[in-house]
Amino acid sequence: MKRALPGLGLSLGVTLTYLGLLVVIPLAAIAAKTMSLTWSQFWATVTAPRAVAAFELSLGAALVAAAIAAVFGTLVAWVLVRYRFAGRGIVDALVDLPFALPTAVAGIALTAAWAPTGLLGRAVHSVGIEGAYSRLGIVIAMVFLGVPFVVRTVQPVLAGLDPRLEEAAATLGATPVQAFVRVILPALRSAIVTGFALAFSRALGEYGSVVFISGNMPGKTEVAPLLVMTKLEQFDYAGATALALVMVVASFAILVAINALGVRTRRRSHQRKRAPAPEVVAPSAVIV
Amino acid sequence: MRRALIVTALGFLSIVLVVPLAVVFVTAFRDGGVPYLRAIATPEARAALRLTLVAASIAVPLNLGFGIAAAWAIARFRFPGRRVLITLIDLPFAISPVVVGMMFVLLFGARGYLSGIVHAKIVFAVPGIVLATAFVTIPFVARELIPALEARGPEQELAALTLGASPWQTFWRVTLPTLERPLAYGAILCTARAIGEFGAVSVVSGHIRGETTTVPLHVEILYNDFQYQAAFAVATLLVVIALATVVGQRAIQFRQRRRT
Repeated sequence: MKRALPGLGLSLGVTLTYLGLLVVIPLAAIAAKTMSLTWSQFWATVTAPRAVAAFELSLGAALVAAAIAAVFGTLVAWVLVRYRFAGRGIVDALVDLPFALPTAVAGIALTAAWAPTGLLGRAVHSVGIEGAYSRLGIVIAMVFLGVPFVVRTVQPVLAGLDPRLEEAAATLGATPVQAFVRVILPALRSAIVTGFALAFSRALGEYGSVVFISGNMPGKTEVAPLLVMTKLEQFDYAGATALALVMVVASFAILVAINALGVRTRRRSHQRKRAPAPEVVAPSAVIV
Repeated sequence: MRRALIVTALGFLSIVLVVPLAVVFVTAFRDGGVPYLRAIATPEARAALRLTLVAASIAVPLNLGFGIAAAWAIARFRFPGRRVLITLIDLPFAISPVVVGMMFVLLFGARGYLSGIVHAKIVFAVPGIVLATAFVTIPFVARELIPALEARGPEQELAALTLGASPWQTFWRVTLPTLERPLAYGAILCTARAIGEFGAVSVVSGHIRGETTTVPLHVEILYNDFQYQAAFAVATLLVVIALATVVGQRAIQFRQRRRT
């Protein structure tokens, strides 16, 4: 069949050349550097106590932050979709801000707010909790980054939900809380899981906003991307590549697992008319 | 119940988003307007602003051109490897900024894989910053254009071609005008990210003051020097750009909704 539309050759040529030069060749450099490592070198690098501590911290903090973002993000989405109140439009726009704000600015702003002398830090400091320069600080920065992912995945699904479902639940005698837990929550589950996964993977690779608030104590508050950065600054490129590789593989594994979970819930649910949940590997599945 | 939920949601957003943002402005104007202006007018700050604009003004048009080409190929044709290509376009979202920077150091660093072929100074210089910026902003335009083109279908272009328009006439007079909004939307997101990128640029910059520092890196340097007021003053510029981005997005969405 003759092609009706022109321009495939040119557009595909430009696309492949550009991606080849800017994406494929640099990625090949990582692969090449990995090949140059021996197994024992690789193993020694990634099982060093400092590296293990960094991995554990990144993973743990990202999980906690994504869970917090999932709970409060769903609440924010609910309030934005279901209620009309003064300033709703501004609040809705505000949710996007962590997407647009440079991470370095987010980092210093959060640090200043949560430092022992800061507006929020003073309050928690008085009860003996350190906001900034602690593991809590890392979680705070990751929550900041993660909330919009959850809100923006849950919001459209919630808006597309048929109100008749809830009305049916109410006529059948369900209290509002029962209706939420039994009817709405199952319908939102895959969207929430998707938002959680996006927030989690973004948090795992984050550098800019975390580096300021964490305090960066090796073994205590040093996240994995920061350790990669440190190794690069010491010109230990092989070590940095080894750590980066572990993070890439780990986050791929986690994403695949969460994705499978999302697919299962989607299959299990019986609602017919539902806005399709976005795929987990959609934008910003950020992996170290 | 309703009131309690609204209050909780707004309280959460205030603590997480609003207070930190307010802190930026409060600290920036802590000593009044004159120190604020002085901080954003230093030669280093102006050099950083210039470099940020240079990097963005190269990376954004590159990715606009790339986005249009990629969207045309992907939305209008079916070919083997199309899914792989889409994944490849999304990939920059999926790689940590630090690793992005690392890739370019591995290629162009002192003993990099390409340092024998490319003799110009790429890493720890301006070209590396431009490359890193272009890399992290690859997906934005293409991601907006592909669904927009797919949703519209090829009928208008086919009609133009049947009526005797050349392929380029069809592109300029039919395809491009209908893509105005997604193009603007993608360009806004792309520009915001190009101006704000920190991690990747930080790795390839080398932090040479007045030479290879972008605005976010300048903020970092001032902050690490304990010049908080100056750091936050420069940061307000970036906050204003971020707010403008969000407002611009809303404006485009609003006009789109009114039209349909």
